[in-house]
Amino acid sequence: MSVRHTAPSGKERLVGRVFHAACTVAALFGCLVLAVLLAAIVWQAWGWLNWEFLTRFDSRRPDQAGVKAALWGSFWVLTFTAIVAVPLSIGAAIYLEEYARKSRLTTFLQLNVNNLAGVPSIVFGILGLTAFVRMFGIFGNEPETVAIPLGLCTLKLQLPFGRSVLAGALTLALLIMPILIVATQEALRAVPAGVRHAALALGASKWQTIRYQVLPAAAPGILTGVILALSRAVGETAPLLMIGALSYVAFTPGGIERLADLLSLQKLAGVPFSPFTVLPIQIFNWALRPQREYHHLAAAAIVVLLVFLLLMNAAAIYLRYRFRRRLTGR
Amino acid sequence: MAEDAEQRDRNEPAVAPPHQVAGSRFGERVIQWLLFGCAAVSVITTMAIVLVLITESARFFRQVGFAEFFLDTKWTPQFAEKHFGIWPLLAGTFLVTAIAAIVGLPTGLLAAIFMSEYAGPRLRGLLKPTLEVLAGIPTVVYGYFALTFITPYVLKPLFERLLGVHVEVYNALAAGIVVGIMVIPMVASISEDILHSVPNSLREAGYALGATRVTVVLRVVLPAALSGVLASFILAIARAIGETMAVTLAAGLNPRLTLNPLRSVETMTAYIVNVSLGDTPLGSIEYYSIYAVAIVLFAITLASNVAANLILARYREVYQ
Repeated sequence: MSVRHTAPSGKERLVGRVFHAACTVAALFGCLVLAVLLAAIVWQAWGWLNWEFLTRFDSRRPDQAGVKAALWGSFWVLTFTAIVAVPLSIGAAIYLEEYARKSRLTTFLQLNVNNLAGVPSIVFGILGLTAFVRMFGIFGNEPETVAIPLGLCTLKLQLPFGRSVLAGALTLALLIMPILIVATQEALRAVPAGVRHAALALGASKWQTIRYQVLPAAAPGILTGVILALSRAVGETAPLLMIGALSYVAFTPGGIERLADLLSLQKLAGVPFSPFTVLPIQIFNWALRPQREYHHLAAAAIVVLLVFLLLMNAAAIYLRYRFRRRLTGR
Repeated sequence: MAEDAEQRDRNEPAVAPPHQVAGSRFGERVIQWLLFGCAAVSVITTMAIVLVLITESARFFRQVGFAEFFLDTKWTPQFAEKHFGIWPLLAGTFLVTAIAAIVGLPTGLLAAIFMSEYAGPRLRGLLKPTLEVLAGIPTVVYGYFALTFITPYVLKPLFERLLGVHVEVYNALAAGIVVGIMVIPMVASISEDILHSVPNSLREAGYALGATRVTVVLRVVLPAALSGVLASFILAIARAIGETMAVTLAAGLNPRLTLNPLRSVETMTAYIVNVSLGDTPLGSIEYYSIYAVAIVLFAITLASNVAANLILARYREVYQ
């Protein structure tokens, strides 16, 4: 580019304005699509979404169908996913950020996490199908149940895991781990080095520094990452289809249908190995059918799913806001 | 934060007393190994994926052979005369991905330029969360949107009434459009980070030479950020190739060697879902064929991701 001494010509101004307009349109395109998508779905769900829809099982008659089984299924899969994925991911992130020295192994671990985040979810589904549902066929092809008495209740362990809540949750846990690790690493990195130095200078050991100073400071950031990763898990469909979440389910996992049932250990023990369906799969099944009524049901189920996701996202955004204020002290 | 730490110091020592420190050397090492174990899980996951795909697809290739898989142009596992040529599935994937790229890449890049070069902090503060919400919508919802809105209310009126061309209920165009919309947030947010990290001195140098804003953006900032933008494009394309639910719902389950976007096709991902939906007997050749398709899918997306991450790492070294 050479030095110029004249003001931009009319043509140049026009080019500038057209480019600015194109960028503006592109940026607003996302908002527009979001608005149209939400409007179209709410419009199609109108009149189909009511309290009965939430409290009824799926039915062969569209006007009698509901999402009760899918809601409980999503709840349980999400719970078990969180139990498995959250501690493992936070542990991995702490290792990578706080312990690992700059070495080939560390670089490899980090690259591996980054690349795993880009693996298509359906490939995780295939892994889950082979490793958890079938367990490589080591235990035969049909799940066999072993009853383990635990005093207060009997855990019915099933090997291989079969098409169960546990197999689905483990698959989703592997899927969200890379996302969660990266988010936790960012939260840990945002904690000022001075915090660590101060704790170490007071004679704290490395783990004490992390446990009592770094982790509490990073907690809101980590929690944001957890919520975002779990909201990804709630919407995942393909891997659960692969591991064989059922399409027509008229029961809830473990037979737990009311909050009071959560107190029954016997029922709780039945949850991990129960067959299940989840909201996105229910949506997929209804959307695949040619009849219009089922499309309305799918739209209503989407509204339920989106409301849930929006609540999770709002919580994450609020936490991030709080987190920023705490770290900058403003 | 600093205040919190101070307060805690005054009230109670946050750090354990020395007698606890003394005996904890062993515990410290155990904790470090436990944490390393957590990090190792991700490596084990990768190895398990590779192992599963190779061993199970080997059973497929023992019966079908590489030549048929990569050279035959028919994919008819359900028919009496079975053909296992992956080309129709590759063509379907390519078609949807190409449409998605045409829709998503320029839009995402222009949106990134807008947020980084034109928008004020307030507007950017509004746009970024909107894009995040767009990115957070489950893919099955996009599929439903394509099937029940874009095809009947956008494509049908446009092509059938105005141009008189038949649009199938399941078509590659609707799927490609929604997949394109899905990758916009990804391209926009990565590219925006990259553009933002281009040093301001470069822009100022451009303005000092008398360049207009658009010239600075297109001939100074964009070339400086080119490798990073390229990486975001590669990541987006890999995402589009691996996209499953939207494509299964909107593009159909019809393996067909065509480049006509108004007809139904079948992508690699949709085939895998299709087999898992039906009651394919375990151990049949059809069952093992999903592993063969998945290994091709995995190889393509892994290569793209590795390439993009290498480019991004090198880019960060230059500017950060």
